Amino acid sequence: MEKFTKLTGIAAPMPLVNIDTDMIIPKQFLKTIKRSGLGVNLFDEMRYNLDGTEIADFVLNQPAYRKAEIIIAGDNFGCGSSREHAPWALLDFGIRCVISTSFADIFFNNCFKNGILPIVLPQEQIDILMADARKGANARQTVDLEAQTVTTSDGQVFPFTVDGHRKHCLMNGLDDIGLTLEKVSAIDSFEAKSAALHPWA
Amino acid sequence: MTARTLYDKIWDDHVVHQAEDGTCLLYIDRHLVHEVTSPQAFEGLRMTGRKVRAPSKTIAVPDHNVPTTLDRANAATMTEDSRIQVAALDQNAKDFGINYYPVSDVRQGIVHIVGPEQGWTLPGMTVVCGDSHTATHGAFGSLAHGIGTSEVEHVLATQTLIQRKGKNMKVEITGSLRPGVTAKDITMAVIGETGTAGGTGYVIEYCGQAIRELSMEGRMTVCNMAIEGGARAGLIAPDEKTYAYCMGRPHAPKGAAWEAAVAYWKTLYTDEGAHFDKVVTIKGEDIAPLVTWGTSPEDVLPITAVVPNPADFSGGKVEAVQRALDYMGLKPGQKLNEIAIDTVFIGSCTNGRIEDLRAAAAILKGKKKKDGIRAMVVPGSGLVRAQAEEEGLAQIFIDAGFEWRLAGCSMCLAMNPDQLAPGERCAATSNRNFEGRQGRGGRTHLLSPAMAAAAAITGHLTDVRELMSEGVSG
Repeated sequence: MEKFTKLTGIAAPMPLVNIDTDMIIPKQFLKTIKRSGLGVNLFDEMRYNLDGTEIADFVLNQPAYRKAEIIIAGDNFGCGSSREHAPWALLDFGIRCVISTSFADIFFNNCFKNGILPIVLPQEQIDILMADARKGANARQTVDLEAQTVTTSDGQVFPFTVDGHRKHCLMNGLDDIGLTLEKVSAIDSFEAKSAALHPWA
Repeated sequence: MTARTLYDKIWDDHVVHQAEDGTCLLYIDRHLVHEVTSPQAFEGLRMTGRKVRAPSKTIAVPDHNVPTTLDRANAATMTEDSRIQVAALDQNAKDFGINYYPVSDVRQGIVHIVGPEQGWTLPGMTVVCGDSHTATHGAFGSLAHGIGTSEVEHVLATQTLIQRKGKNMKVEITGSLRPGVTAKDITMAVIGETGTAGGTGYVIEYCGQAIRELSMEGRMTVCNMAIEGGARAGLIAPDEKTYAYCMGRPHAPKGAAWEAAVAYWKTLYTDEGAHFDKVVTIKGEDIAPLVTWGTSPEDVLPITAVVPNPADFSGGKVEAVQRALDYMGLKPGQKLNEIAIDTVFIGSCTNGRIEDLRAAAAILKGKKKKDGIRAMVVPGSGLVRAQAEEEGLAQIFIDAGFEWRLAGCSMCLAMNPDQLAPGERCAATSNRNFEGRQGRGGRTHLLSPAMAAAAAITGHLTDVRELMSEGVSG
């Protein structure tokens, strides 16, 4: 997993609430057996006409936002299916950070496993970040994971909270499985105990 | 000892390790696997030389991609990429030695229907699957939730998950349901009440008389859509109905082990005075047959209502409702029970079990679908299909003009050839009415199986109570 430490980039405003994972990556693109290559289909049905041409007013098709690395989103971003194809598609497009008032739980988790930082901030701050993002490509926002701050293009700073374990893994690009396997003896003894106590399980 | 909720108890019994910051390693008893969210996880194991830690606790079945037409044994019924994905699961199941129900097996079906049917899902267990509707298994008093593919790989390799404990939420449905009102209406009513983010960060325990009165299958329908309310998991304390359902299933314990299991299951309830962080109470008798009008499962109203006006909402929802009405081709004030439909889909992990088919067949018996309506029934598993044929339900559907399909996820998410065309309007017993969910441009109205059957007969969304003969309940 790619590390996440500090990012200064273009933020795309997506104020729509309840952007679900079917919108982020429609099901026809879930038939892949790879993790890569989904960026071109990110937000596919919002981004392209049926004939494959771009829908000009969709935010990521606008010249200012084609290289966005941050999304400022409406409430409950990532609701719906558990598909990790959603963060894979975001990452493949180049999005490394999504900021919203709230996220769906499974999507939120999936982001951390893929080097994407989801940040929860209160509505008033999202409103300010959204307005800042609307200024376009020159209004770059900075996300500093070490300091746990988001900074608008004109220098307003908003602190955010993040789970310590997840921060550590993101900052160091760590693989969860490797970390868990260090505790294999605890798993062994749990299994032995469970086999005696609940043999049917 | 402090009073604990059912969720607290299951959680406590599965903590392998707790870090100082509260992050836990949670043991997983059952890992269900399907073809869409697993290939990258198995590939990850191969690349790192890791094995599946507990193959006997890992159960795989292809369901999302598989065609449901009778000719599906013919490979040409699948697109190339679907075929590759199913073939990858065939191979992975073989290479890693996990339990497997291939497409050709009569027990194949939707993973959340197969798990309980085969007795893999039992009370008090932790159950995960790379699928958000894993919440279904909570009906047994198990802690069950969806995970992403990285977590699928983590569970395959370690049989554990890194988790932080969620908060406790109680959803109580008091009293009894009125005729024509079903488990589907309960779960949609809850989402209508809390919104799609109302359960985020919580595990819901459903309780109350109306929940107790539901069958196991009804309880599965309720828990299935916990995720649509944002809750990772929904669960219901096990009782005599739960034990009766589990008893004798192929993978349920037998003999002395059964007795020991039941003794443990009887400890699985929320203690008197246990703390809930959030409580929602709905009167069972206040719930009407419901339908969705928009593109979020929270966009739900009684069938007797009218399409709402965006101006009735506030904040970001105003724009979302306007967008939803444009997408759905509806106007504020339009009567829901006059909305003409093109298609009826009965099936999915929400409503693809035998009781769902019975409820739909009870409405359809001796009747025909309206001319021009496309209608299909997709049983949730091969065994549900066989039972429906034995009970004569299949013939009722066929006589009513429905297509009688093989088992799979089908038009719930339209990854197989069962899809809506742009603008096609569908009365669906599935769980998501998102834009494009059933096919790009497709318009979905979620409802119960009985309501779907009623819509097929009249050709428009219909209050099933108007079609109910005496003695027939939804």
